[in-house]
Amino acid sequence: MTAKAPVLHVITANALGDGLVVFLTADGGWSNDIAEARVVGPDALAEAVAYGKAQHDARIVVEPYEIEVTVEGGVPVPVRLRERIRAERGPTVAYGAAEIAARAANNR
Amino acid sequence: MYRYDEFDQDFVTDRVAQFRDQVNRRLSGELTEDQFKPLRLQNGVYLQLHAYMLRIAVPYGTLSSRQMRRLAHVARRYDRGYGHFTTRQNLQFNWPKLSDIPDILAELAEVEMHAIQTSGNCIRNVTADHFAGAAADEVADPRPYAEILRQWSSLHPEFLFLPRKFKVAVTGAERDRAAIQVHDIGLHLKRDADGRLGFAVYVGGGQGRTPMLAKKIRDFLPEEDLLSYCEAILRVYNLSGRRDNKYKARIKILVHEMGADEITRQVEDEWERIRHGALKLPQGEVERIREYFALPEAVRPLAGDPTLAAARAADPDFDAWVRQNTVPHAVAGHVSATISLKAIGGTPGDATDAQMDAVADLAERYAYDEIRVSHEQNLILPHLPETALKVVYDGLVAADLATANAGLVTDIIACPGLDYCALANARSIPVAQRISERFGDSARQREIGELKIKISGCINACGHHHVGHIGILGVEKKGEEFYQISLGGSGDEAASIGDIIGRGFSTEEIVDAVEAIVDTYVAQRASPEETFLAAYRRLGQAPFKEALYGAA
Repeated sequence: MTAKAPVLHVITANALGDGLVVFLTADGGWSNDIAEARVVGPDALAEAVAYGKAQHDARIVVEPYEIEVTVEGGVPVPVRLRERIRAERGPTVAYGAAEIAARAANNR
Repeated sequence: MYRYDEFDQDFVTDRVAQFRDQVNRRLSGELTEDQFKPLRLQNGVYLQLHAYMLRIAVPYGTLSSRQMRRLAHVARRYDRGYGHFTTRQNLQFNWPKLSDIPDILAELAEVEMHAIQTSGNCIRNVTADHFAGAAADEVADPRPYAEILRQWSSLHPEFLFLPRKFKVAVTGAERDRAAIQVHDIGLHLKRDADGRLGFAVYVGGGQGRTPMLAKKIRDFLPEEDLLSYCEAILRVYNLSGRRDNKYKARIKILVHEMGADEITRQVEDEWERIRHGALKLPQGEVERIREYFALPEAVRPLAGDPTLAAARAADPDFDAWVRQNTVPHAVAGHVSATISLKAIGGTPGDATDAQMDAVADLAERYAYDEIRVSHEQNLILPHLPETALKVVYDGLVAADLATANAGLVTDIIACPGLDYCALANARSIPVAQRISERFGDSARQREIGELKIKISGCINACGHHHVGHIGILGVEKKGEEFYQISLGGSGDEAASIGDIIGRGFSTEEIVDAVEAIVDTYVAQRASPEETFLAAYRRLGQAPFKEALYGAA
């Protein structure tokens, strides 16, 4: 019988200026790339959430919260689809000129 | 088209300056998010899944070429080269930087546009029939009244903090293309026996988690009493609507709990008190505003185009487009044409900057400079001479905008869903795309006939699934996307809320399920003329249940 793996989290928010999705990094900054996120075990979660809240209060990011992740190949992967879509930095469908180009390629 | 007067222009310009200051204070750290959020929402700025989102009002869905070009410019300069036309006839940009939004709003103010009251618990952008002022079946153009309502409701001090948001729609024809029965107030412009203009007034319709059809509380309200009557309705709602529970705060709940008779009594009592006051519409003012919406002088009856029949015969795709995407115009020799934003496999309602420019150019050169946004997320050229059909069609083909599917099974309404929206539970766009591809063959679509599929990614029902002939609601079930189907909804004059057919379907199953429903309809319809909706109303759920779930 294996011990249950600890539940892991990363802290996410939106950047104040451009609104884009960001993740809390190990050095206390924020990155658009979830691969750079600080993965937090159960013992450190309260501290990380509090740090995020302080960054919100300091008007650096907007509405931070913790999301559950698993680590795959060294990279955190969110458990919920919603957060996986956010971590991909855009919709799961092509948009704008890329969508039209993709359609043109399909019709060829 | 309506043109701002000095009051309108000053008001919008001042508002941009005010919001610029608020944004600066937010970015410099002076304002907290809690302080700033209500301010940004009052200016149409949301924070969505990936970024800020700016929702721009398109009053009653009417745009000039100049305005459309400015939207294209904003998409190109400040966003990612596209925008999303919504079921409220508005336009959303998905990627604006907060720091750029004051500049965007300043650019919009130059062309008489803004984002005020596109969010928050206030009276939202008033919507209207997208064929208004052009339709052959219209009693009168509803847009002058929508404009009068816009002026009355913009920053109306009494109604800026309602229990919940409030949506008004106006139609000027018996055939309801504005879905008035699923609005907080629905107005049906008509004439009485003496030929006077007035309104049938509907109250308390809406979709969301508690879909309800509106109740008609007055069969004929004289034109001059429009504002006093609406003010009376809003006043009763503002006083008695629930503020303790967000999900029970819309006027539909009040109408339901109070009963149509009681709410009618209260509205009529209040109206009796104020109807002879300052809100009575002066006839001269109605006429003054009506003139802004008059048909362009140049729209005169024309003889039919003798070359059109040959051009249609020579090009089956053009012929299909004319047949499917144009409707009769009130003036001979003209049509209203739908520019489909539902390319097969595309994102419903999206248009690129280049496409917006292309539509603006075509409208300016050939269609009297007027464009509409429909609540079905398409664009319309309301006044198009038949002689220009071919050249406009060719222009649309070049811009990838010539899909001949208006009203067909691939003309799908879909909300942004979990691909963009912070509230969504499931994706809408990929489901719409896969259904569109499944039914993409043009001959098959035409054989199926009129069929409205509407998809929402959550219970808030922005994709109008409750009034879809086939409605699809995305939910999250054990971490997976799941799709619930309802049948028989309709947003027209014979409005109905769809019935949930049974257990939901997985992402893998949903397109097959829709196809099973469509195939059942085609097999069981009385004739090719019997539409899906008519067949469903005749047959009931049983054959569709059997097709989906097997014999009971």
